[in-house]
Amino acid sequence: MGAFAESFATAFHLIVHADPVLVRTVALSLLVSGSACACAAAFGLAGGAWLAVARFPGHRVLLMGLNTLLALPSVVVGLVVYLLLSRSGPLGSWGLLFTPTAMVIAQTVLVLPVVAALSRQLVGDSLREGGDQLRSMGAGPMLCALLMLVHDRWAVVTVLLTAFGRAIAEVGAVMIVGGNIDGITRVMTTTIALETSKGDLPLAMALGLVLLAVVGVVNVGIGLIQRGTGSALAGVR
Amino acid sequence: MSAALLSLRGVSVRFGTVQALKNASLDVCAGDVIALVGANGSGKTTLLRTLHGLVRHSGERRVADAAALQAMVFQRPFMMRLSVWNNLRLALWLGGVPRAERDERGLQALQRMDIVELRDRPARALSGGQQQRLALARAWALKPRILFLDEPTASLDPTAKKEVEALLAGFAADGMTLVMSTHNLGQAKRLATRVIYLDQGEIQVDLPTAWFFSDRVEGRAQQFAKGEMTWTIE
Repeated sequence: MGAFAESFATAFHLIVHADPVLVRTVALSLLVSGSACACAAAFGLAGGAWLAVARFPGHRVLLMGLNTLLALPSVVVGLVVYLLLSRSGPLGSWGLLFTPTAMVIAQTVLVLPVVAALSRQLVGDSLREGGDQLRSMGAGPMLCALLMLVHDRWAVVTVLLTAFGRAIAEVGAVMIVGGNIDGITRVMTTTIALETSKGDLPLAMALGLVLLAVVGVVNVGIGLIQRGTGSALAGVR
Repeated sequence: MSAALLSLRGVSVRFGTVQALKNASLDVCAGDVIALVGANGSGKTTLLRTLHGLVRHSGERRVADAAALQAMVFQRPFMMRLSVWNNLRLALWLGGVPRAERDERGLQALQRMDIVELRDRPARALSGGQQQRLALARAWALKPRILFLDEPTASLDPTAKKEVEALLAGFAADGMTLVMSTHNLGQAKRLATRVIYLDQGEIQVDLPTAWFFSDRVEGRAQQFAKGEMTWTIE
């Protein structure tokens, strides 16, 4: 119990005193994971919508592959991106390894299947309910699918939150491609891993609590935006 | 008889192992108000959706240029999670109505269906009757040459049913061609100029309304017209 109490006290102290190192680490975590989610949203939502309406040989196999990628281990993603970005890799000349950009790429790869698979399911379900109605009004298949993303916009936000949660909580990929360099690529999860390896368990636990608090605040903020814009959009002229 | 706006010739529809429509041939002419009747599973909705071009089929479906603009009101109309007004504007946008005309046409449609006061309400929060009026507004605003209606009053209370029927009678009086499926023989009698009876995916009878409800029809169609066979399981 002592360790837990100490962890809470340390977390409280770090937050209340806005520890500069903590603030910088949290900011980088939010920036990296937020950017990765934005990239995944741009490609994943459109890709998921397309997969919901496209029919071609190998479609089912592709869907099975996509669903399998939902369980993609973050260390494997890290390893693949590392091999691509390392000096001897095909993208080595870009010089991105051990930079926040490399971390964004790795997390984008990690959460892209989540966004694509869940949005495909979402759009598919909605098309079963109202696809014929939209087609009857003159929408083509892809436009129907994109309109369903608008129709299900709050569920889409939940999908993106799920992706954000997966991105900000992972450690394997960012550790491998970021290198956990203090002040440059050190994020919340890699800091927790480092402090644990150093034996400073209360600080590691405290950082874990801070991470949870940050995600909680993001969730609450999005919930408030949803509530506000939800009623406004429904009644908008 | 005026020229056909829409024709089917030898059209069949199959869903997996189920033959939903068999060798259907018919013409829809300007000014027709056609009621598709038949027992559950007889193929009314499939025929309606095939006429509107929503279903893959074999055989020939021919649409005259004059009838290119069509709309359909579904039994349970799908409303986007938007306001009534935005649902209407979306339909006008999808229907290719120029931006400058959308507001005016939308407002006219709301006025015609008497739902102007609902314009800022979330469409999915409306009652069944109100949603059906909105669906009619959405279709009417496009000024379609042919309006398809799939059991438009099936889930409505008697008052709402009467109101929707009055609106449909108004559409027909304005010269809009209507094709609707219905289980309500009274409704077919009141609104339709022509009744098509389907049985097990086949068009069995296609007659003017007065003839259909006279003693001239025989067999299962006669039984159906007399209300002695509202549904069957075979």
